[in-house]
Amino acid sequence: MATVEVPYQETVPLHHPKTWIGKYIFSQDHKIIAVQYGITAMAVGLVALILSEFMRIQIAFPGWELMNFFTADHYYQAITMHGMIMVIYLLTAFLLGAFGNFCVPLMCGARDMVFPFVNMLSYWVYLLSVIILMVSYFVPGGPTGAGWTLYPPQTITAGTPGFDWGIATMLISLAVFIVAFTMGGLNYITTILQARTRGLTLMRMPLTVWGIFIATFLGLIAFPALFVSAVMMLLDNFLGTSFFMPAIVSLGQPLDYSGGQPLLFQHLFWFFGHPEVYIVALPAFGVISDLISVHARKNIFGYRMMVWAIVAIGALSLIVWAHHMYVAGMHPSFGFFFATTTLIIAVPTALKVYNWILTLWRANIRITVPMLFALAFVLTFIVGGITGLFLGNVIIDIPLSDTYFVVAHFHMVMGVSPILAIFGGIYHWYPKLTGRMLNDTIGRTHFYFTFIGTYAIYFPMHYLGFIGVPRRYYETAIADFYPVAAHNLNKFITIAALIVGVSQILFIYNLVHSYFNGKKAPANPWGANSLEWCTPETPPRHGNWEDRLPTVHRWAYDFGVPGEEKDHIPQTVPRRKAS
Amino acid sequence: MTDTSLSTQESILTSTARDWSSDMTTFKGVPWGKAMMWIFLLSDTFIFTCFLVGYMVMRMTVTEAWPVASEVFALTVWGVSVPLLLIAIMTFILITSSGTMAMAVNMGYQRRKWAVFWLMLATALLGASFVGMQCFEWYKLIAEESIRPWGNPMGAPQFGSIFFMVTGFHGLHVSAGVVYLTIVAIRIVRGKYDHTNFEIVEIVGLYWHFVDLVWVFIFAFFYLW
Repeated sequence: MATVEVPYQETVPLHHPKTWIGKYIFSQDHKIIAVQYGITAMAVGLVALILSEFMRIQIAFPGWELMNFFTADHYYQAITMHGMIMVIYLLTAFLLGAFGNFCVPLMCGARDMVFPFVNMLSYWVYLLSVIILMVSYFVPGGPTGAGWTLYPPQTITAGTPGFDWGIATMLISLAVFIVAFTMGGLNYITTILQARTRGLTLMRMPLTVWGIFIATFLGLIAFPALFVSAVMMLLDNFLGTSFFMPAIVSLGQPLDYSGGQPLLFQHLFWFFGHPEVYIVALPAFGVISDLISVHARKNIFGYRMMVWAIVAIGALSLIVWAHHMYVAGMHPSFGFFFATTTLIIAVPTALKVYNWILTLWRANIRITVPMLFALAFVLTFIVGGITGLFLGNVIIDIPLSDTYFVVAHFHMVMGVSPILAIFGGIYHWYPKLTGRMLNDTIGRTHFYFTFIGTYAIYFPMHYLGFIGVPRRYYETAIADFYPVAAHNLNKFITIAALIVGVSQILFIYNLVHSYFNGKKAPANPWGANSLEWCTPETPPRHGNWEDRLPTVHRWAYDFGVPGEEKDHIPQTVPRRKAS
Repeated sequence: MTDTSLSTQESILTSTARDWSSDMTTFKGVPWGKAMMWIFLLSDTFIFTCFLVGYMVMRMTVTEAWPVASEVFALTVWGVSVPLLLIAIMTFILITSSGTMAMAVNMGYQRRKWAVFWLMLATALLGASFVGMQCFEWYKLIAEESIRPWGNPMGAPQFGSIFFMVTGFHGLHVSAGVVYLTIVAIRIVRGKYDHTNFEIVEIVGLYWHFVDLVWVFIFAFFYLW
């Protein structure tokens, strides 16, 4: 091209905040917003973690006097809140809100998101949704205990804890969260599409950005279904409409509902719910791809394949939702269709796993803390993914439905795996964010507790599921038709869960302690190539770059290129003329 | 001959792919706000799609009779019951407002600020009158035909539920659009957009045309089915 184009961002002056509040509280800087998202998500995630510990203690030691306050109602409320918080308010908010905000502008070589004000609103509306969710512990009847899937009619029928007010706060909070996500998501997509720097073509973007890009797209398409079902259920609950409520007799009294369609809710919910799995998984895939490539000092194997696999997984995830509904009963060819599409997703996913392993093959692997988490992610994801193949088949799913096998599957694949990716990402980007290194020894200890601990928790659950221990039961221990092994395993799992839960203190201590006392981080401690490691300052200032935005000449994976002196070549280094 | 045409086609495909994946901007010459509005509308499309799919499921599964649209939505003028009269007027008004909006966009790119202002204001007024007529329609349905969200004398209770929900949600969109149009119109004459190419008018226009398009679907599904 003869004329040199100038990125639009370079021509608009950036308004730097003058006040402390403008800088750190109502900040429009994407990095601060990322931290705000991250801290809020972790705080609310800790609540969900504590709830899960209560549940585990109840399962293993029912009738223990200290747990007398924890009634069956509390148990169901804990299940519901744990699931919803973990999936939406922690994982989605952390991977897209925190990593999305931090990585997208930096890795795209942009000064900020395209609309920083909307980005700021996104965080505050998210915080509002979290507050509304927490308020449900203080309304009459407490939070809803319907299970995170919120299936009607039981969700809004007397007998379910929180059937009147708890469900309202839950649904309103979800709707508010969707508004927040939409504001953030529009920013991510527009930034990635329209605000990349010179030379950064789509096929040179780091895979983290690709994962966040497609996941955000999925979110913008899938969250509307949740929004609509939330609106309809609120109307059912408060206005007496019958969208989801059939004619029903509750506690001996016929209710004022008739002709509603409970299955419609399940379809709407899972049209959101399944893409949600990939909204969480795709950014994790991206982060892990970058972590593995950087810390193995080797280019990612099959970059183009990785990109198209992300796109294919995203597209396929929109047409598999009814595999969550096999036990609801459906036409066999309907089940056949959804089983087939589900199994087809395994192809691009397996492709990604193979590519990670091939990236590691004969690489110069450095066992750093982020790398440990990345390797653990691949292992955990394989286990969780393979049990997914079991559950994708109608005929195997039906007997395994609502057993601990399902619990093991989804915790492995979308509970533990993305959390490992989040931990890995934090250990990887913390030096750039704060200018300090995290403590290595504490990091390693935290890793082994978390990784081995989560295996100790979830691996035995497969066995429990196979022998038919049902999930969501307040007391299984009194049922003596389960073998002694099941009861003992439950105790074992609970002890492991308590250890894992407590060991997270190490992580929080590390974050806080290193922020003040950590070693000063160099600009590029891992020898990575992508743009966030090329900022003029560490941590990057508001606006990220000096007067000129960086120019990109290559992809982000030039590690150990034959004939080059250095083992890594940042994206900003021009390519030599071919001799 | 076929060979060359095939290769030309391939090159168009490859060059399009190359254009789209090029650096800095994927959609050349598209301002950030416009790209963002398109993506938002994609998301909003899914909201209305879910609503309309819910409506279709209701129509298919309810066991009681569904009220007849031409009777429920009839307007009595001088003693004659005219089916769909009010709705025809409302649709006409909304489509007209799309026309004034398109003219405003055209004036915007000619930088004729006052023309933009008056045309956008006209669009907002037409939109407001649409919402007003919708209020009248709701009043008639609720007060005169005693249709409630939870039931009605004609048959399936879901008729009122889904009708009020979907038209209400659309009405909220129109109302928000009226506010949006007014704010942008005032900001234009105050010179807030003088440094730009007035693409904000087109962005508002995108939203407004989208709301109109949704109405066409609602009209077809609720009033003609």
